[in-house]
Amino acid sequence: MAETVWLFLGLLGVLTVASAIATALGWKSTRKGDALPSTLANLNSRIKAWWIMIAAISIAFLFGKGGVILLFAFVSFAALREYVTLTHTRRGDHWILLGMFLVVIPVQYYLLWIDWYGLYSIFIPVYCFLAMPALTAISGDTSRFLERVSEQQWGIMLSVYCISHVPALLTLPVTGFEGKGLLLIAFLIATVQGSDVLQYVFGKLFGKHKVAPKISPSKTWEGLIGGIISASLLGVALSWLTPFTLLQAGLMAGLACIMGFFGGLVASAIKRDRGVKDWGHMIEGHGGMLDRADSLVFAAPIFFHMVRYFWT
Amino acid sequence: MNAKPLLRRTAAMALAGMARAITGVRPIWQGCAPSGPQRIYFANHASHGDFILLSSCLPPEERERTRAVAGADYWRKNRIRHVLARDLLNTVLVERNWVERTEDPMVIMLDALKEGHSLIIFPEGTRNMTEEPLLRFRSGLYNLAFACPDVELVPCWIENMSRVLPKGAFLPVPLICRVIFGKPVVLEPGEDRHAFLHRSRQALLDLNPEHLRALNHG
Repeated sequence: MAETVWLFLGLLGVLTVASAIATALGWKSTRKGDALPSTLANLNSRIKAWWIMIAAISIAFLFGKGGVILLFAFVSFAALREYVTLTHTRRGDHWILLGMFLVVIPVQYYLLWIDWYGLYSIFIPVYCFLAMPALTAISGDTSRFLERVSEQQWGIMLSVYCISHVPALLTLPVTGFEGKGLLLIAFLIATVQGSDVLQYVFGKLFGKHKVAPKISPSKTWEGLIGGIISASLLGVALSWLTPFTLLQAGLMAGLACIMGFFGGLVASAIKRDRGVKDWGHMIEGHGGMLDRADSLVFAAPIFFHMVRYFWT
Repeated sequence: MNAKPLLRRTAAMALAGMARAITGVRPIWQGCAPSGPQRIYFANHASHGDFILLSSCLPPEERERTRAVAGADYWRKNRIRHVLARDLLNTVLVERNWVERTEDPMVIMLDALKEGHSLIIFPEGTRNMTEEPLLRFRSGLYNLAFACPDVELVPCWIENMSRVLPKGAFLPVPLICRVIFGKPVVLEPGEDRHAFLHRSRQALLDLNPEHLRALNHG
């Protein structure tokens, strides 16, 4: 697939330029003897996370469908682990928690592997959602029952069900686009993650009016609007990866970015409620898996169903 | 003859690797450096995974010379446990029941220290199954501090391991753990046992992030 090669060469170019700029800025500011300003440290950590992400995705793409499914099963595992760590669990929940890791994740991704849409789209929201309260009730501990059950249900919804809709794009039979599902994944990830960065940049440059000051001081209307418009343009520029026309690509990218924004906002609300700054410490000192994947969590299922409804 | 140390080292490495893969554990060296003089690490205890998690946070050379102190009554109960504790985990087994015991735990621990080992001890004496963050300390810690003034006593707060592997559970749930290493506690001249135990218990409690969060909110 020539498109994949071009895409990765392009990303490599962008990241190299970004790293060069960050290094130059860092060199300039530390020469005066000051410590690295926090904005710059943050930029560095984002760029570093991007390098790791691109490397992981490239390797997964080399192995095709199996590679991508394994990669996102791992993403689900890491995300669920961070999520459950922050929830309130009791000793009686041990088997349910084990089941979430040892049964739900493997089954959901296996169903993707065998292309069984009819089951993978309801396995978690129907079967797991009924089984979990039933098993919790059998364990006999009713203290904070509703809270415990729903916290864990929402955990597998976010970390397993939603994230699994990224590799699920591979199972969509888009007419005239057979066997190119990887490109759709690349398009989704590039626009959503690109929008994260662009919102951040626009927010830093022009940000004045906060969207939800109580939840996140860094999310501003200026950043949001600038980020979504520029990410939609990025979508237009990447339309050659997709079965979409230029306009459609822009709209799909814009929609994915709006969902991504809400994902980030919800993740911030949860973190604020639990009194933590980051979900974890997966990439040393730079937050956890969910800190990088929160926007993808909300964007992936909507993007998936849009493509499924309009293009298949 | 040489097979045992090799087996031991392999087992230690495998366990440390497993602990890291499951819990993504990261040591936080808040009050001391990762390597230093001979040490006694004392920690909160609620799970069998505790000392494996703690030792997986140590640098490899330090891990190799560090042994955990464990209850003989539990680990000698059957053959499998005994072989595990003695040969694979290389624990220092002490008898907790002072009525029936034949060997003095202090002598055994001091012998291990004399051989140059660092120790991991759980001064609560047993796994904490209560809602309290930390039980009362037994006096062993004071006796060791008194007998070995040159050995550093490092408080280590183990976070979340009791949720990963609660009592009675066999399979661990993957949750993120942290081990926070505090500033070494030093026995002051003339300090009595009660005051020292109280102070070292408080030093350990102060490392608990939950405790700090509660203080900030309250």
